[in-house]
Amino acid sequence: MSNQINRQQVERVAHLSRLDLTDQELDLFSGQLSSIVEYIQKLNELDTKNVEPLAHSLPVHNVFRPDTPRASLPTEQALANAPDRVDDFYKVPQILDDNSGA
Amino acid sequence: MAAKVDYKVIVGLEIHVHLAAKTKMFCGCELAYGGTPNSRTCPVCIGMPGSLPVMNKHAYECAVLTAMALNCSIARFTKWDRKSYYYPDLPKNYQISQYDLPLSENGFIEIPLEDGSIKRVGIIRAHLEEDAGKNNHELGSFSAIDLNRAGAPLLEIVTAPDMNHPAEVRQMAQELQRIVRYLGVSEGDMQKGHMRFEPNVNLHIYKDGQTYKTPICEIKNLNSFRAIERSVAYEIQRQLEEFLETGKTMQMGNKRTYGWDDVNQMTVLQREKEEAHDYRYFPEPDLVPVEMDDVWFEQIRSRLGELPLQKQKRFVTDYGLSDYDAAVVTGDKATADYFDAVVKAGAEPKRACNLITQIGQKLANQSNTSVDQLDISPQNLAKLAQMADKGLISATAAASIYAKMPGTDTNPEDIAKAENLIQTSDTGAIEALVNEVLAENAEAVQDIITNSKKAQKAQGFLTGQVIKKSKGKANPKVVTELLAKRLSELAPKE
Repeated sequence: MSNQINRQQVERVAHLSRLDLTDQELDLFSGQLSSIVEYIQKLNELDTKNVEPLAHSLPVHNVFRPDTPRASLPTEQALANAPDRVDDFYKVPQILDDNSGA
Repeated sequence: MAAKVDYKVIVGLEIHVHLAAKTKMFCGCELAYGGTPNSRTCPVCIGMPGSLPVMNKHAYECAVLTAMALNCSIARFTKWDRKSYYYPDLPKNYQISQYDLPLSENGFIEIPLEDGSIKRVGIIRAHLEEDAGKNNHELGSFSAIDLNRAGAPLLEIVTAPDMNHPAEVRQMAQELQRIVRYLGVSEGDMQKGHMRFEPNVNLHIYKDGQTYKTPICEIKNLNSFRAIERSVAYEIQRQLEEFLETGKTMQMGNKRTYGWDDVNQMTVLQREKEEAHDYRYFPEPDLVPVEMDDVWFEQIRSRLGELPLQKQKRFVTDYGLSDYDAAVVTGDKATADYFDAVVKAGAEPKRACNLITQIGQKLANQSNTSVDQLDISPQNLAKLAQMADKGLISATAAASIYAKMPGTDTNPEDIAKAENLIQTSDTGAIEALVNEVLAENAEAVQDIITNSKKAQKAQGFLTGQVIKKSKGKANPKVVTELLAKRLSELAPKE
């Protein structure tokens, strides 16, 4: 099996996705991802020089809804899956670097 | 400070504007300020698996309308992309935004500067995206997240680095606020975070025949005009001093992020050499693209109306207002339109402007409304302005009549008569009073005709006496004229 995706790349993507992977997982996923990329590369065999890039796979556009309010979830239900809460807020570990609106 | 250095300030702005829709960008949750945290969320905006976003048509049109007002070219085909980053206020772990095909590009905004000139600032692009939630760090040693704001429609506007002075940056922000309010696309309330500004600042320093560029600093999340101007001014000074001390110049990857500390009035370093952002943009498969045909385009464009600066310029050229007055009266659209209607109903523009901005504004503030909502028809206010112009009433009387008009829209003439405020310009009657006053005040008359030091004061005194005798009803202009004429007759012939 060729090594399209190396461990370092998997480590980087895992970090970006806030995933903590073991050594075995890094090996496993770099192998799996490599074979996926290899398979996808089959598409390169096609000549797409004169094909426009596709923005969306459906031949549909302009699906809108009117600006009319609908009922929201009750606060209790919205917070039901939260690992932790404080009052009516989601409670998360302290954010030091406030990157909001990045 | 070291020797004087020549430098140029370079500032570009990134602005986020909350669009005034009733619901969020991709779901029907209501948009409102305040309220119980996490009471306006649904599976779409909190990123539950299997939920699907659907575009808010009104919000989309608000974005296009704003882009048109900013002279941008509007994309006839645009799509959505996912911007991936992990943050607790972003429940899906990606933000729906626009990357390579934004809905508009290449525009400009014209800003009236204080010296009366117009500055043009380029707009690189304006695109739609969704807002994140709100973080609260004040409850304890943790952060608390409210997702009511998550998914709110946000217009991101990126300007070219065309601003060269802290005041220009503030004026750009103010003009943008005026535009979005005129268009009705945003309330533009800074305190509610409807507009957030991020200036990118650096300097071009000219030294020993060379140009040095200081590292670019981005100041995050400013939400007051004063903070915009002050933070940029502070940053200029800080960068200048840093350059003179270290000689540090702009390089790949040394852009820094600063926050503004409003208490200490200084910028504070947040991140240096931030980890190169890797947002892994890719097309949003859950949303279909938007195509705009000519009909829809024209429909939106027909809502543009006269923009604030156009109105301001028209009031100067057509109505002869000063730049200052025109800027004040066009501050908000309702006032500007009301003023325009009053002038069209026959009022002299300068008089109408003074009445509205000086007296009307005060009355409106007292009853917590705007001048156009005082229930005074433009016709009746124009009549009041004309009465003042013709000298039928004094300026003081005009103010007190204006104060009696709200709510009833009574003809100002009726009020003037009822309150006995009509001035007399009847020269015969006034002349009689002038003669009485001259006879009763020989000493003052003497001061004037001998042109003593007290002459000017004496003349004022006599004018006052005549008006007093008329019970405030004599037209001061006529009194002054008649008095001057009589006094010159009394003066010894040379």
